[in-house]
Amino acid sequence: MKGAAYLLRLGDDALIAAQRMMQWCTRAPSIEDDVALANIALDLLGQARLLLGRAGELEGAGRDEDALAMRRDEHEFHNVLLVELDNGDFAVSVAKLLCFSLYQRLLYERLSASADAVLAGVAQKAAKETVYHVDYAAGWVVRLGDGTTESAARMLSAVEEIWPYTSELFADDEVSSAAAADGLGIAPSTLREPWSQAVDEVLAEARLPRPPDGWRPAGGRAGAHTEAFGYLVGEMQVLHRAHPGASW
Amino acid sequence: MNAASSAQGTAWAAAATVADPELPVLTIAELGILRQVEVDGSRVTVTVTPTYLGCPAMDVIAAGIVAAVQAAGFGPVEVVRSLSPAWTTAWLGAQAREKLLAAGIAPPGPGPRLLPLPTRREAPPCPRCGAAATTELSRFGAAACMALWRCTGCGEPFEHLKEHC
Repeated sequence: MKGAAYLLRLGDDALIAAQRMMQWCTRAPSIEDDVALANIALDLLGQARLLLGRAGELEGAGRDEDALAMRRDEHEFHNVLLVELDNGDFAVSVAKLLCFSLYQRLLYERLSASADAVLAGVAQKAAKETVYHVDYAAGWVVRLGDGTTESAARMLSAVEEIWPYTSELFADDEVSSAAAADGLGIAPSTLREPWSQAVDEVLAEARLPRPPDGWRPAGGRAGAHTEAFGYLVGEMQVLHRAHPGASW
Repeated sequence: MNAASSAQGTAWAAAATVADPELPVLTIAELGILRQVEVDGSRVTVTVTPTYLGCPAMDVIAAGIVAAVQAAGFGPVEVVRSLSPAWTTAWLGAQAREKLLAAGIAPPGPGPRLLPLPTRREAPPCPRCGAAATTELSRFGAAACMALWRCTGCGEPFEHLKEHC
C-alpha cells in the first residue's frame, strides 16, 4: 500500500495530460505540430502506463494499469487541475505544456534517485524525453510571444489564463510528505524555485511579463476536479466501459 | 567454449537479428536495446530496454525476439523489459551510424544541455550530399525517435535520429 498514492498521482498527471493533448490530433495548426503533439502525448502515455502499473502493484489490490485508467470515476483521479483544463487556442496549449513539462523535467531528474527502483527507472527515461517537450513548448511560447501584435496578445492572455493553476504543482500534502520521508518521492515545493527560474528565462526571451501570483485554484490532488474533467474522462473511458476486456 | 555458453551465444545471435520495425536498417543489437540473453536448458530469457517509454514498437520487437529465438531451436522464450540504465543514443556503435547514413538517416550527434533549458542542437550534416547547411523542419517525426530535416544544399528532406542522452 505504501507509496501507491504517490505513484497514482504521478501516473494521473501523465495520463490526463496525454489524453488532453491527443485532442489536438488532426486539428493542430500544421502537420509538423500535429506530429509533435501526438509524439509528446505518446511519451506521456508511456509514462502513465508504467507509473499506474507500479501504483497498482504497490496498492496490492489486483488493479492493473487499465483498471486504474479506465475503471475509476472522476473523483478518484488525483491529477493537478492544470493538465485537465480545456486546450483553448494553440497558445493556451503551449503555455500549459511549457509549465507542465518544465515541472516534469525537474521532477523526473530528482526521481531518478528514488528508493523505488521501478520509479527511478521510469524517471531516468522520462527525464530525457521531457527535454524535447520543454524545447517544443518554449520554442512556440517565444515565437508567439515575440511575434506579431496579435500573436503576442494571445500568448500573453494564454499565460495569464493558466498561470493560477501552476501553483498546485508545488503544493506539499500528506501523500507527498510521506513519499519524501520514505525516499520514494520528493516534496514538490522544492521544485518551485528552479521551475520559476526556468519559466522566467523563457518568458523573458518571449518578451512576456510574468503574471503576478494571486488566485491559487487547487483540489485535483484530492479528487475535486473542474467541469471540463468529466467530459475528458467520459471520452477516455467510454470504449473500455462499453466493451470490458476487448482487445485487438 | 562450453555447451552452456555456446547455447547462450546462439540464442544471443538469434535475438540480435531482429530488426527495429520503426528503423528497419538497424537490428536491436545495433540500436543497443538488446541487453541480456540468459539460457536455462531450453528456456531463454531476453532482456530489452525501450528507446522511449511510449515506444509502440516494443510489442512487435518482443514478438520478433520470441519467433527468432524459437526458430533457432530453443523452447519457451520470455522477453523482459528493463528501464535502468536508460538507453541513450551514445549506445549506437560506429557501424550502426554508418548504416543509418547509408539509409539516408542522419545519425545522432552529441546531446543537448539538459537544464534549465535545452540549447539549440548542432545541425546534422546531410546524409545524402554531406552538406553542413541543413535546417530543421520538425523536431518530431513519424517515429518517436526521429526528427525531420532538409538539406539547404541538395534540397532533399531527410530523417534524423534524435539525440537522446
